Amino acid sequence: MTGTPTPEGLRTEVRAWLAENWTGPPAAGPARTEWLQKVLDAGYAVPTWPAAWFGRGYPKELADVIEAEFAAAGAPGAGQDKHNIPANTALAYGTERVKDEFIADVLTERKTSCLFYSEPGAGSDLAGVRTTAVRQGDHWVVNGQKVWTSGAATADFALLIARTDWDAPKHRGLSYFFVDMRQPGIEVRPIVQITGESHFNEVFITDAVVPAEYLLGEPGDGWRVLQTALAYERSIMGDGARRSRHGHGDDLVELARAHGRLGDPRLRDDLASVLALRELNALNNARAKASAEQGTSTPVMSLGKLAMARILHEEARLRTEIIGAEALLAGDANPEADDVNFLALNAFFTSIGGGTNQIQRNIIGERVLGLPRDVEADRGVPFREVRGN
Amino acid sequence: MEHGSRFTVNGKAAGMAISAVERAALRDAVRDLMTRECTEQDVRRVMASGDDYDPGLWARLAGLGAAGMIIDPAYGGMGFGAAELEAVTEETGAALLPSPLISSGVLAAGLLGAAAPDVRERLLPGIADGTTIATVALTGPAGTWEPDGVAVEASADGALTGEAAYVTHGSGADVLLVVARAADGVGVYEIAPGTRGLTRTAEDVFDPTVPLARLAFDAAPARRIAGLGWPEVAGALDLALIALAGEQVGGARRIFEITVDYLKTRIQFGRQIGSFQALKHYAADLLLEVESATSAARHAAAEHAAGSAAAGGAVALAAFTCAEAFHTTAMYAIQMHGGIAFTWEHPAHLFLRRARSGRQMFGGSPQHRERYLTAKGA
Repeated sequence: MTGTPTPEGLRTEVRAWLAENWTGPPAAGPARTEWLQKVLDAGYAVPTWPAAWFGRGYPKELADVIEAEFAAAGAPGAGQDKHNIPANTALAYGTERVKDEFIADVLTERKTSCLFYSEPGAGSDLAGVRTTAVRQGDHWVVNGQKVWTSGAATADFALLIARTDWDAPKHRGLSYFFVDMRQPGIEVRPIVQITGESHFNEVFITDAVVPAEYLLGEPGDGWRVLQTALAYERSIMGDGARRSRHGHGDDLVELARAHGRLGDPRLRDDLASVLALRELNALNNARAKASAEQGTSTPVMSLGKLAMARILHEEARLRTEIIGAEALLAGDANPEADDVNFLALNAFFTSIGGGTNQIQRNIIGERVLGLPRDVEADRGVPFREVRGN
Repeated sequence: MEHGSRFTVNGKAAGMAISAVERAALRDAVRDLMTRECTEQDVRRVMASGDDYDPGLWARLAGLGAAGMIIDPAYGGMGFGAAELEAVTEETGAALLPSPLISSGVLAAGLLGAAAPDVRERLLPGIADGTTIATVALTGPAGTWEPDGVAVEASADGALTGEAAYVTHGSGADVLLVVARAADGVGVYEIAPGTRGLTRTAEDVFDPTVPLARLAFDAAPARRIAGLGWPEVAGALDLALIALAGEQVGGARRIFEITVDYLKTRIQFGRQIGSFQALKHYAADLLLEVESATSAARHAAAEHAAGSAAAGGAVALAAFTCAEAFHTTAMYAIQMHGGIAFTWEHPAHLFLRRARSGRQMFGGSPQHRERYLTAKGA
C-alpha cells in the first residue's frame, strides 16, 4: 500500500471491490474460508494492522469505512482488528511462531478457538485460577479444570490463563498460553444449562503439553495479556437479547392482547413500565453513540449490560404473569409456555454471564464513579497462602 | 456574563434554529447564574422568607431570556423550543430554584401562544420580560390535570363558579388563566386577581420551593379567551411536563453527585463507606436511573421540537421516568447518607421534597404510563 487514501476514496475502492467480488452469502465451510482469504489478501480484514501482518497501517476512521461498507453489503470478514480476540492477542503478545502458525488461519477461520478462563473455583474472581502450568524443558505441562467454555468440542486451540507462580500474589503469578486442543490431555464434557440447552462445556486438563513458544508475553504477564483479550471480548458481547425458540411472546403487547389482558389496568401499568425499560436502554445507547461521535463520553455504555439484564428479567416476569397458569406447561405441544419459561430462565445468561450484575456494579462504582475498591483478603498475599474453595 | 441583557447566542437573532453548541451556551449562562445566586443558602433564604421566589434573581434569569424562552420574538421572547427549555430546566432543577418559570414562562406562555394575536400582544411581552407573573388554574381538588378534574363552571356570560386547586404561584400571580367547563366544552378564562367573587388562598405546602394556591370562584366575572380549549391546555401541559422532566433530571443528578461525593469522604470502620458493596451497588443502580432519565427528558424535548407524531408518547415516557428517577435517587440518597440526611440542615430532604412534589404535579406516573402505553398502540 502506498499512502493513505481519503475516506471517500477508500469508500469508492471498497464498494467497487465488493461489487466485483461479493456475490452473496457464502456457505459455511470451504466457500466461506475462500471468501475470508480473499478479504485478507485484499487488506480489508485487519486494516489498522501493519502491512507485514495483512494490514494497511490505517487509522481507525479508515478501518471504520471498510467495516461500514462490508456491513452494508452483508459481507463478513472485515473489522477483525476490532473484534477477533485470538488474532489481536496473538499480534500483540505472540512469539513469531504463534503469529506464523495462528494469525492467518484464525482470520480465515481455518482454525477456531475457545477460552480457557473461568474455573469452578474462579468465576467472578477470575484472577484466582488454580489451573497450573509447569515449565519442563522446551514445553509447559498443564493440569486443572476450566468451565463455561463455548465451542470447545470443535475448537482447534484454546486461550489459556494458568498459574505459573504460586508464590507470587494472585494477579502476578499468571501466564497466558495458546493450547492445542487436539491432544490426549484435554477432555471436553458438555454442560447442560437450566434451559436444557447446551452451549458450554467443562474441560478437564491432565498433563496437557504446550510448546514454550506458545506462551504470550512473559511468565507472570498473564493478567495483563488477559485484559487486552477481555477488552475485545467486551466489545463483541451483544445485548444478549435472545429471542424465544418458537417466536411466541417476543412482543409483550401482542402477547397481552392475545390473552385478553390489555384491558386490565394493573397489567397496563406494569406493561408500560416494562416497555419503557427497553426504550430507555435504546435511548441511552443512542445518546452514548452521539456523544462518542462528538468526542465526548458518557458512562452510559458501561451501564448497558446491567440495563439489559434487568430488561430481560422484567420482561420474563411480565410474560409469565400474562400467560398465567399456562406457564405450568412445557414442551413443543405448548410452544407459548415453552417460550415464556425459556426466556425466564435464559435471562440469567445476561445477569450472570460475562460478569455478574454484582461484579458489573462494582466495575461501574469503581471505574465510572471513582468509588474506592473493597478490601480484598488476598491482596499482596502469595497465592499459595490464599484460601480457596 | 451579561447581566440584565438579553441572552443571544453567537450573535444569532433569537428565534432561529440553534445548534447543540449554542444550546450548551444558554445552558452554561443559566448554570453560572445558579452557581452564583441560587446556592443552598439562597434556596433556604427564600423558603424562610415566605416569598414565592427571589424577585432579584428572577429578574436576572428573565434578563437572560429564560422567562420568554418559548415566546415568539414578536412578543419579546426568544422563540426557542422544547430542547432549549429542557436544557435550561436541568440547571434550574439542579439548583432547586424557586421561581415561576414553569407557571409563567412555560404553562401560561405555552397556552397563550395559541391565543388570538390581540391577547398575545397584551399579555406575552410582560411574561417574556419577567415583569408579569402568569399562571394557569387547570385542575380541581381531584388533582388529575385532565378534563374530568376541572371543577370550575362558567356561565354563558363568563361568570366562574367552583374551585381550582394546586395552582402554582396562584396566590401571587398577576395574570390568572382559569380552565373552566362551559356549555360548549372546556374553555380558558382570564380573571383579574382582585375580582369580586374570587378568593385566593395560599396553601401550606410540603415542598416550600413550589408555592401552591387554592382558588374559589363564586360567580366571579371573567372573560373567555377565544380559541382556547382542552387541546391547547394539553399542548401547554406537554411543555410544562418537559420542563418539569428537565428539572427532575437536574435535581436527580445533583443529589446523586452529592451522595457519591459523600461515599468517597465519609469514613466508617476505618475506610471510605463507598468501598462497601452494599452502597456501591446502590450507586451503580442510581447512575442507571439518572442516565435513563436524562435520555428520556432530552428525547422528549427533541421529539417535541421536531413536531414528531411520536412526541406525545415521548413526553409521557419522560414524565414518569424522570419523576420516578428523581424520587428514587432522592430516597436512596437519604438512606445512603444515614443520620446526617435525616436532619433539616442537610440538603437531601430539599431534593426529596421537590421530587415528591414533582411526582404529583401535572398528573401522576400512572396517568403518564397509561398515555405512554396508548401511544404504543396498546
